[in-house]
Amino acid sequence: MTTAPTVPADRRRAIRRRGVARALEGWAFVGPATVLVLGLSIFPAAWSFLLSLQRWDGFSDPVAVGLGNYAYAVSDADLWAAVGHTGLYTLLFVPSSVLLGLLLAVALNRRIRFVGLYRTAIFVPFVASAAATGILSTYLFSPQFGLLNTILRDLGLPPQGWLEDPKQAMVVIALMSLWGSAAFTTVIFLAALQDIPAELVEAALIDGATKRQAFRHVVVPQLTPVIAFATIWQTVEALQLFDLVYTTTRGGPLNATQTVVYYLWNAAFKQTEFGYGSAVAWGLFAITMLITVGVILYSRRARIEAF
Amino acid sequence: MTDLLEAPAPAPAASGVPATPPRRRRPGLPFSPWHLLLAPTAIVFAIPFVEMFLASLTPASDLVKVPTPFIPSTLTLSGYASLFTTSPVLLWLGNTVIVAGSAIVSHLVLCSLAGYGFARLRFRGRNLGFFGIVATIMIPTQVLMIPTYVLFSRIGLLDSLGAAIVPWLASAFGIFLMRQFFLSLPLELEEAGLLDGCTRRQVFFRIVLPLAKPALATLAIFTLLGSWNDLVWPLIAINNDQAFTLQLGITTFQGARRTEWSLLMAANVVATLPLILFFLVAQKQFIATMTFSGLKG
Repeated sequence: MTTAPTVPADRRRAIRRRGVARALEGWAFVGPATVLVLGLSIFPAAWSFLLSLQRWDGFSDPVAVGLGNYAYAVSDADLWAAVGHTGLYTLLFVPSSVLLGLLLAVALNRRIRFVGLYRTAIFVPFVASAAATGILSTYLFSPQFGLLNTILRDLGLPPQGWLEDPKQAMVVIALMSLWGSAAFTTVIFLAALQDIPAELVEAALIDGATKRQAFRHVVVPQLTPVIAFATIWQTVEALQLFDLVYTTTRGGPLNATQTVVYYLWNAAFKQTEFGYGSAVAWGLFAITMLITVGVILYSRRARIEAF
Repeated sequence: MTDLLEAPAPAPAASGVPATPPRRRRPGLPFSPWHLLLAPTAIVFAIPFVEMFLASLTPASDLVKVPTPFIPSTLTLSGYASLFTTSPVLLWLGNTVIVAGSAIVSHLVLCSLAGYGFARLRFRGRNLGFFGIVATIMIPTQVLMIPTYVLFSRIGLLDSLGAAIVPWLASAFGIFLMRQFFLSLPLELEEAGLLDGCTRRQVFFRIVLPLAKPALATLAIFTLLGSWNDLVWPLIAINNDQAFTLQLGITTFQGARRTEWSLLMAANVVATLPLILFFLVAQKQFIATMTFSGLKG
């Protein structure tokens, strides 16, 4: 601030008083929300890191174990199995959700009859909760009474175990996630498509490009940053899969759908290993950041300019 | 906000790219080939909800037949009757309305105040505060849930509706959204107000806030969706069925009552119908919300 020696003392005081008044006014606006948000995030995050260095069940005295929880996590076969299931889900879900969103955005971005109806049908599942989606999945995919097996039987095909089959359960969960979230990727691709100036495509068509070539060489490059963004976003979501597992299989059958967050929840809130649960959470956070930074660096190098 | 519903405009110059040459059809096909993709997709997407509504109205005896009839033999409300008489689902619905209502009101008030402060006022600690807010957007909930659980148990908030409400009072995303919106407003109006002798508070409430309706709608929908559908936090923090939220409550049916399909589907209808109806009424605002949370969140 202005502390030049030529400023008389009473003016300096006046300036300081105005600074205080401004700060009071400013914090009156931002204070309540800022305190709530920071108090419920920065402070617990720091605490969580401290917890990850302890063994603690929430009741007895915590025992400092240094990096012991992290060391145990690295050698924990059940955790690695959960990592594998999460990876499988991510591979099933992320590419298909990005591609489906892209396809539906291109399809819905035209003036044909019923397009409003199609859009509504595809977008409504976005508001369905994980609890409702989970219960609905157990109904639709019920081996005895479900619609899917009824259709298979009508077609003369063998009914499947779906959520009760360790090989199929994760596929069913990915399908239902896709049902609920297709709207999201579709909407962001629709917004991106509509940001592309129409003249670009017209120019390509006038220059003799076919529609397909114009799409491939004009539209797709414009969409690449959004594709990179959607991939990161959906990957982060996929790595945190919990709700749909809880509401369909509860990690089963034979632990085939036990994801990292499900494992974490179980360790922390069923086994009350708060320290170990915190270590797993920080590990997940670190991996998420690594993947995000990796995609950003890759797209920078590939000159995609998403970020 | 981007208005996606109006997007495929008739004039090619105003519309998005792929809409440009619209009326070329394959020979022999009396309609656009895109219908072949969209119609089946829309049907597949609609089937789960259609099944849910039908099953909620189907007599329980129909739903344990193999094969289960797609169209119920008779329609009945017995699933709903059994749901309302044998479970506290109305209490849970009320709890969820309280949680979502207080989340929305608090978000609208606190986040718009903070967003305005960060966008327009200059004061000590502003940049540090805003940097802190932005930094927290990246912290995943999994890192926060254990210490928040311990904290809430220390202050005696667990197992009460308060445990579900407090984390939803404000959010970094909401503050960020409102700040971005206020930054996009022209300064002149506010300056005129200040010159006319209004205080900052009057400028905010009388001039700025009425202009912020689209952003407030986005924020309200975002908060509604998140707080209405939240499952993991109530699951952790609430162990007392008097304080269950609707989403948490209906998952408890999956234990003992997992084969009472008409009751389960009736519960599902109660849990999703309010948001479905709201979506159908305010589709434009929902889509704007999705776009914003995707592209700028």
